[in-house]
Amino acid sequence: MNIHEYQARDIFRRHGLPVPEGRVATTAAAAVEHAAALGVPVMVKAQVLTGGRGKAGGVKFCPTLDDVRRQAGAILGMDIKGHRVGQVLVTPAADIAAEFYLGMLVDRRTRRPILIASAAGGVDIEEVARTAPEKIIQRQIDPRYGLLDHEALAVGLALAAGDLGRARQLAAALQKLYVAFMGADASLAEVNPFIFTPQGQGLAIDAKINLDDNALERHPEYEALRDLEAEDASERAAREAGLSFVKLDGNVGCLVNGAGLAMATMDLVQYYGGMPANFLDIGGSSNPEKVVKALSIILADANVEVILFNIFGGITRCDDVAAGIIEATRRLDIRVPIVVRLTGTNEQEARRLLAGTSLVPAETMDEAVKKALELTATKPKNK
Amino acid sequence: MAIFCGAGTKVLVQGITGRDGSFHAKSMLDYGTRIVAGVTPGKGGQTFADKVPVFDTAAEAVAATGAEASVIFVPPAAAAGAVCEAADAGIKFVVCITEGVPVRDMLKVMPYLQERGVRLLGPNCPGLVVPGQTKLGIMPTSIVKPGAVGVVSRSGTLTYEVVHQLTQAGLGQSTCLGIGGDPVIGTDFLDALAAFADDAQTRALVLIGEIGGDAEERAAQFIRANLKIPVVAFIAGRTAPPGKRMGHAGAIVSGGAGTAADKEKALAAAGIPVAARPVEIVPKLREIWRDA
Repeated sequence: MNIHEYQARDIFRRHGLPVPEGRVATTAAAAVEHAAALGVPVMVKAQVLTGGRGKAGGVKFCPTLDDVRRQAGAILGMDIKGHRVGQVLVTPAADIAAEFYLGMLVDRRTRRPILIASAAGGVDIEEVARTAPEKIIQRQIDPRYGLLDHEALAVGLALAAGDLGRARQLAAALQKLYVAFMGADASLAEVNPFIFTPQGQGLAIDAKINLDDNALERHPEYEALRDLEAEDASERAAREAGLSFVKLDGNVGCLVNGAGLAMATMDLVQYYGGMPANFLDIGGSSNPEKVVKALSIILADANVEVILFNIFGGITRCDDVAAGIIEATRRLDIRVPIVVRLTGTNEQEARRLLAGTSLVPAETMDEAVKKALELTATKPKNK
Repeated sequence: MAIFCGAGTKVLVQGITGRDGSFHAKSMLDYGTRIVAGVTPGKGGQTFADKVPVFDTAAEAVAATGAEASVIFVPPAAAAGAVCEAADAGIKFVVCITEGVPVRDMLKVMPYLQERGVRLLGPNCPGLVVPGQTKLGIMPTSIVKPGAVGVVSRSGTLTYEVVHQLTQAGLGQSTCLGIGGDPVIGTDFLDALAAFADDAQTRALVLIGEIGGDAEERAAQFIRANLKIPVVAFIAGRTAPPGKRMGHAGAIVSGGAGTAADKEKALAAAGIPVAARPVEIVPKLREIWRDA
């Protein structure tokens, strides 16, 4: 789950990182009030769950309250990569003498938390990794001991090019960032940039945290951080139904058991020239309730012209799934054809059940996808 | 021969009295898995399926039965703890089926296992099956058949799809292994490939990867350097939109890293044919493997 900058700033502040004060506004008038209270100059920053806000014009320096009114007015309602800006963060502008990148994430290869830091801060770190990898410091952290003082200081010294005052502040910030990363159950925690003012004060002026979805249950407080406005309505309904779902732009609604098979099914739809309307993993259950929920989410999408079930019955029995689909189709008003591919345990029984219905049976993945595409206006390729 | 376990392996099932644990423990027993004990705290002294003694702790189970491997079906919040419990009891091979284990828990488990020389498979994986011998996990055994093809995969049902196609084509399997789709897993492609390289029964390999991370890229290099047997690969998620989580927590493509295109390129560069569709795996294998 992604959270907004102002929410991530709160988490960092609680863990002792030097985060400047900030206030959130949903109207230009409120932004002006906050700016007046904080004192100009301020930064007005769009709060959207995507990167590239600065480039899109969503982050503005405002020397006067008039600027705040004008810029907040322009940013609120702005569209940034498909995300509508509903809130802005107002925070005191700081003079910047130097900028650094500080980040924590999970290193799959070593199965350890990893610190990423760079003296090339304030820019896209992926870009730095591509163009100047020598400017990036990486250090794995042993979770038994955390980020030790000497390890953090070594990174600080390398970043600050020998400036001990800066090195110590960077080291302290990294240790606090690590504790915040682990404590928050984050999959990513990032300060970009961490700056020094001309007076030598270190400040975390931007904040980003991605939370581990698997850990949400033990952080009930995170539910309040969820931006329901920023979430697609169908993705929200799917999440609440416990389905793994991603909305896409095509016309073939896909219901598949298992994430890998679901991705392979999407790929196959596109291989034959079609476009999937979604990714949906219904999991191992043949529960008709889940099938009904999944179908109704997909049918809410007006683009959907055909529905494709691809079920590999392993432990799940195909006849159970078939019964679930038939039950679901009785309870819902379904206006599009449904192609069903069921293979594996008890597939013969399943096929007998489907024989008496209007559902279109298929034996293989490829046959199912081709049949589905034939039922749409799409012209299949690779026949 | 097989990798990581065999017909004689004595198996413990943690969470044996739960809904999933009991269902799959029965299925494993039916296939011939030598389940010697179960663990459910508070149910010690009971007997499962008229023959398997249930204990309160893994330590008691191991002391009484000499269990060597464990399969875990406990809920996500308790899964990491169960893995450590098994390791502490002296189990050397742990298969964690549980889906939804917090990543931080796995980060903390890994050094604990390393200190004790324990191999973990998973979490969030279907386990493994050695056709005709044993099964530690949840793979459907109706689709497998003993043979010479090793299968290693990050997926569940997609693995079944591929194994089913191999079996239908008359190509049996030595071991079918699902390593799981999470960011932090115990056994990765390299560990599995190294084990297959040492297994005399395995004479060809199918590798099923998916988007996210760089495990397939590293597998490609490893195969080129260390494996003498023919390998065919498939990558799921080539059309996935960037930045979206496709069910598996590991399957997030961002910043241009971990895309299917990168992986297919790395595999092709190592001389490994990549099937564009699951149905092309068997024909590709036949092209490069005389015995197929």
